[in-house]
Amino acid sequence: MSSSVKLPTRDLRLATILRLSPTGNAGDAVFRGAMFCAALLVLLIVGGMIVALAVKSLPAIREFGFNFLISREWNPVKAQFGALPFIYGTVVSSAIALLIGVPLSLGIAVFLVEQAPRFLARPITFLVELLAAIPSVVYGLWGIFVLAPFLRVHVEPLLARWFGWLPLFQGSVTGIGLFTGGIILAIMVTPIITSVVRDVLAAVPNSQREAALALGATRWETTRVVLVNGAPGIAGAVMLGLGRALGETMAVTMVIGNRPQISASLFEPSYTIASAIANEFTEATQDIYLSALVELGLILFLVTFVVNGLARVLVWNVTRKSGATA
Amino acid sequence: MTTADRKRRLTSAIMTTFTGACTALAISLLLVILLYIAWQGIGSLNLRFLLESPRPVGEGGGIGNAILGSLVLLLLSSALGMPIGIAVGIYLSEFGKGRFASLVRFVVDTLTGIPSIVTGVFVYAIIVVPFKHFSALAGGVALAMIMIPIVARTTEEMIKLVPQNLREGALALGAPQWKVTLGIVLPAAASGIATGGMLAVARVSGETAPLLFTAFGSRFFSYYLDQPIASLTVQIYNYAISPYDEWHAQAWAATLVLMTLILAINIVVRFFTRQKF
Repeated sequence: MSSSVKLPTRDLRLATILRLSPTGNAGDAVFRGAMFCAALLVLLIVGGMIVALAVKSLPAIREFGFNFLISREWNPVKAQFGALPFIYGTVVSSAIALLIGVPLSLGIAVFLVEQAPRFLARPITFLVELLAAIPSVVYGLWGIFVLAPFLRVHVEPLLARWFGWLPLFQGSVTGIGLFTGGIILAIMVTPIITSVVRDVLAAVPNSQREAALALGATRWETTRVVLVNGAPGIAGAVMLGLGRALGETMAVTMVIGNRPQISASLFEPSYTIASAIANEFTEATQDIYLSALVELGLILFLVTFVVNGLARVLVWNVTRKSGATA
Repeated sequence: MTTADRKRRLTSAIMTTFTGACTALAISLLLVILLYIAWQGIGSLNLRFLLESPRPVGEGGGIGNAILGSLVLLLLSSALGMPIGIAVGIYLSEFGKGRFASLVRFVVDTLTGIPSIVTGVFVYAIIVVPFKHFSALAGGVALAMIMIPIVARTTEEMIKLVPQNLREGALALGAPQWKVTLGIVLPAAASGIATGGMLAVARVSGETAPLLFTAFGSRFFSYYLDQPIASLTVQIYNYAISPYDEWHAQAWAATLVLMTLILAINIVVRFFTRQKF
């Protein structure tokens, strides 16, 4: 654009180039290059993660192959490594977390967006977000000394009495196990899911609410219209919570009991992928043991990457749509 | 009123109560946790506890080395993570069009969700293994990796809030783009970026999992980057799972210190953002 235009003086011409084609300036080229490198570095970190984890887990992949995922035996002494108990523990504890955390989060988000007056909504939002600011290890400490004894004395015996006919709630009540792990995860994912759902609900156009109210809908019926409108975004929020629950380490490690077994009872000790890595990584003396643990890390990385990616796509679609209609 | 109407109203009332109950539950959980930490922690908290290094069970000891270690780790990770995060944020907001930028944005977002324990395994593989021992450097790098996506996204959001005509004005005066970005746009977004940075610090100051096999922990005062280093979080973890009541009490006191720092940052950030918007 600038080169073809005839300009009166050289100075002005230079100024034109500076203004209109930033790439023509050496400082700009350097600056742009530096920022680009930083962006590239982020891709390299993620790429490096995949490569490093894959390379380090190669011995275990060669040794155990697909059996790694379906074998129940995790025995470092015999150098037998099967990840199924960890996968089971991770999936079940995350499922409990979502089963409790999702309704709780939806309730809070609906309260904040649809019901609470503004002066109440703001401080409550802050307080709920503070729940997310509490570190995992602090939840773990609280879990060991407060939550686990509480569940052992007050909740688990009741569940055993009422639902004891289900295998899920049979067995000895210790307070340390899958159930406690799931509950603590539920508390931890709630603020995350809540904050995304809140944004999603706030993005639903008011015309939807007005239309429902004008048709004579009750408050709850109006809320249901809003929830249906925000469904894809809510699904994204749940996925985000799932990603967090799957990878959560310290709190779960401290209350889940850390025993690699698959038991139908939720009261039994269990183990998750993340807590296995946290507990055993520094103890792994043989190469194959370490490699098996890294393979667990690789599995966790790939699963959370996909879950988070899906969540982002779902949440982005909603916000983009609302941006277009609002 | 028909029965159906009555039923609808009843449902509405029940659900409205349910949402309120959910909110009340979450807030009471927060209060219970915080108050319990304060109640348990305050007993063991004194100046000597804050300054001394750990001692064997029964002899007291403190968390001075862990506080120092956490500070070293936070400084190191901020020095590494903040500039890179801010640069990525600038790239995304000022140059971020096209496929490559979308990819970076997507990867930054998913990186936020990568479990921190996996980051620890990665840093173990690329730093601890080649150097053959645990080090503060490895811990700092692991924490920096957690910081980068957080800082990058807040920087991008904050820079996007800077009015376009500020850039146009500066460009019209003949300033090259790098000067416009660094001299005009960045200062205009500085307070927002600073709050984002503080939140990132608050977040990583509570991280434990990525430090377990990078910084590892230590029972002595140390600020050497090539040596293992203590941190508040790892110390809390080790004391919490120990069988000794005295160490449990110290874990609560250390938690009180950690939570005070984290809450202070969050409240300050809240205060500043409230004034701004």
